[in-house]
Amino acid sequence: MSESTGAAIEARDVRRTYQLDGVAVEALRGVSLTVGPGESVAIVGPSGSGKSTLLHLLGGLDRPTSGRLLIGGRDVAKLNAAALARLRNEVVGFVFQSFHLLPRTSALDNVALPLVYRGLSARRRRALAAEMLSRVGLEHRMHHRPNQLSGGEQQRVAIARALVTSPAVLLADEPTGNLDSATGASVLGLLESLNADSGVALVVVTHDREVAARAHRQITIRDGVIV
Amino acid sequence: MRLAEAWRVAFAALRANRLRSGLTMLGVVIGVGAVVALVAIGTGAKREVERQVEGLGSNLLVVVPGQIDFSSAPSVSRLTLSDVDAVTRIVGDRSRVAVTVTSGETVRAGTRSRFSTIDGVLETTPKVFVRSIARGGYLTRSDVDTARRVAVLGAGVARTLFPERDPVGQQVSIAGVRFRVIGVFAPLGQSLGVDRDGEVHIPITTAHRLFATNRVDGIAVKAPDRSGIDALGQRIVAELSQRHPGTEFSAVTQEQILGVLGDILGVLTGVLAAIAGISLLVGGVGVSNIMLVSVRERTREIGLRKAVGARPRDIGVQFLLEAVLLTAIGGVAGMALGIGAAVLVAQLTPVPAAVTWWALALAFGVSAGVGIVFGVVPAQRAGRLDPVVALRTE
Ligand SMILES: Nc1ncnc2c1ncn2[C@@H]1O[C@H](COP(=O)(O)OP(=O)(O)OP(=O)(O)O)[C@@H](O)[C@H]1O
Ligand SMILES: [Mg+2]
Repeated sequence: MSESTGAAIEARDVRRTYQLDGVAVEALRGVSLTVGPGESVAIVGPSGSGKSTLLHLLGGLDRPTSGRLLIGGRDVAKLNAAALARLRNEVVGFVFQSFHLLPRTSALDNVALPLVYRGLSARRRRALAAEMLSRVGLEHRMHHRPNQLSGGEQQRVAIARALVTSPAVLLADEPTGNLDSATGASVLGLLESLNADSGVALVVVTHDREVAARAHRQITIRDGVIV
Repeated sequence: MRLAEAWRVAFAALRANRLRSGLTMLGVVIGVGAVVALVAIGTGAKREVERQVEGLGSNLLVVVPGQIDFSSAPSVSRLTLSDVDAVTRIVGDRSRVAVTVTSGETVRAGTRSRFSTIDGVLETTPKVFVRSIARGGYLTRSDVDTARRVAVLGAGVARTLFPERDPVGQQVSIAGVRFRVIGVFAPLGQSLGVDRDGEVHIPITTAHRLFATNRVDGIAVKAPDRSGIDALGQRIVAELSQRHPGTEFSAVTQEQILGVLGDILGVLTGVLAAIAGISLLVGGVGVSNIMLVSVRERTREIGLRKAVGARPRDIGVQFLLEAVLLTAIGGVAGMALGIGAAVLVAQLTPVPAAVTWWALALAFGVSAGVGIVFGVVPAQRAGRLDPVVALRTE
């Protein structure tokens, strides 16, 4: 589509209202944000301010109640569930606070998972996944299962999984939230170097002011609006 | 997602919960096994009945007093040998008419004895029915005309009374009267639950004296061809009705007997299969139940798969395949169980259970279909899950 302005993600006056027992909860009340190619953006703000909600919208996991949202140049309002799933597969990569790796599944197969939905052969998937695991420094842990990996290693596997599809944007929601400070620092260092080297845009939600300061751009959210 | 990959994922999911998958399958295994075994037994019973009725001889017409409806006891016969002569005139060939008067009597030879069915018959019996002689000969017309005390023994009777000797030429006593054995039938085995090797044939004229009666229990006619058989039956019934005003007569063909027996067995098989089908249905509900549990347990996995690009359809297909795999494996195991049960029944009972391809195909199709029908709701539920909600689930 020709809606593209070159931005990886573009949000205009985006709102998200939850219905909770008949009461409308406004999690986002008009947010506008553009993430350019290769950019790094840190989102900070108090708990319950709407950071995760925004990140879910930016990654096409959820749809705005109103407002205009373009992901990879495509208007999510015009996409059905299948097309939105494809967009998630091709344009974005997610990293979650709690890793969300499949249990009883090797690091290699966890990383290869997004490629399953591209219809690639098992051989091709494993080759790409192995390459990605090497990029995050886990070439010696490929056949370990999540319960045989440390927290930091698990998050590295999750990062490899997010990047294996060569997305335009990496969305990380408190990626160091479950890690001790030293491990968290090394994971953040990895994210920053990937951002710098491979040109993938990075949007990271964090509580750490220091971390946020290292990003190109810092956005603070309070009560569902950018301040 | 490629279909092969979806199969692999479904299979891995079943393996991860072996015990639960196995127990869920058990419901399907029992259901399919019961359907296959019961249909095999019903089919085997039907074939056996057909084989035996056809084994009586071809183009047979059986004339008996009363109505044939298999539910009432046969009425007392008032037919006599003069009626047989009238029937013979209609048929135009004595060798095509067989008659019986039957009674149960003890047959003795020396110290051995056996209770047997004594059939008073004409010499025509082997020409009308399929009956072959193993030793000696059969009754002759002069045996019948002069009421000789000669007997042809069934294979079982011969074996009991003369275990070491050739019975032909020996003496036996029937109801205390001495008879000379002139022949032995070839073994026939059981037929419709009757031991046909326990029969003894004597001339009908001799039987009338022995039993102190002149009645004839039934007349059987071998029609020259199949096409004229109904008309012939009607003419015989009309003649007999005229000779015995107020008495009803029936003439039935093998086809009619087969039709009635076939209908009864068909209904029986259908009812049994339906009962077995209910257990298959219960197995299907079990599959549905366990799939809902599986979807709930793996909500986070579903959320993650969606986050990395799985479409609702991909997730739905994955869970549907899991259900189908569950019932298909259960179905194959059930078929094996059903075949095993049928073979066991065939060996331990007189019913030659017959496993048919159509029954197997049907059972497999139904079990896979059960997987689809009962897997669809859980699969749709999984496919429609909101990824954000799913990921947040504990
Ligand atoms: N499914 C939902 N139904 C109703 N309200 C919701 C739902 N999800 C989020 N909210 C509400 O929306 C607001 C924003 O939630 P969100 O998870 O985006 O906060 P957050 O900034 O990520 O907080 P934290 O730093 O604690 O993770 C909160 O008030 C929350 O209660
Ligand atoms: Mg949050």
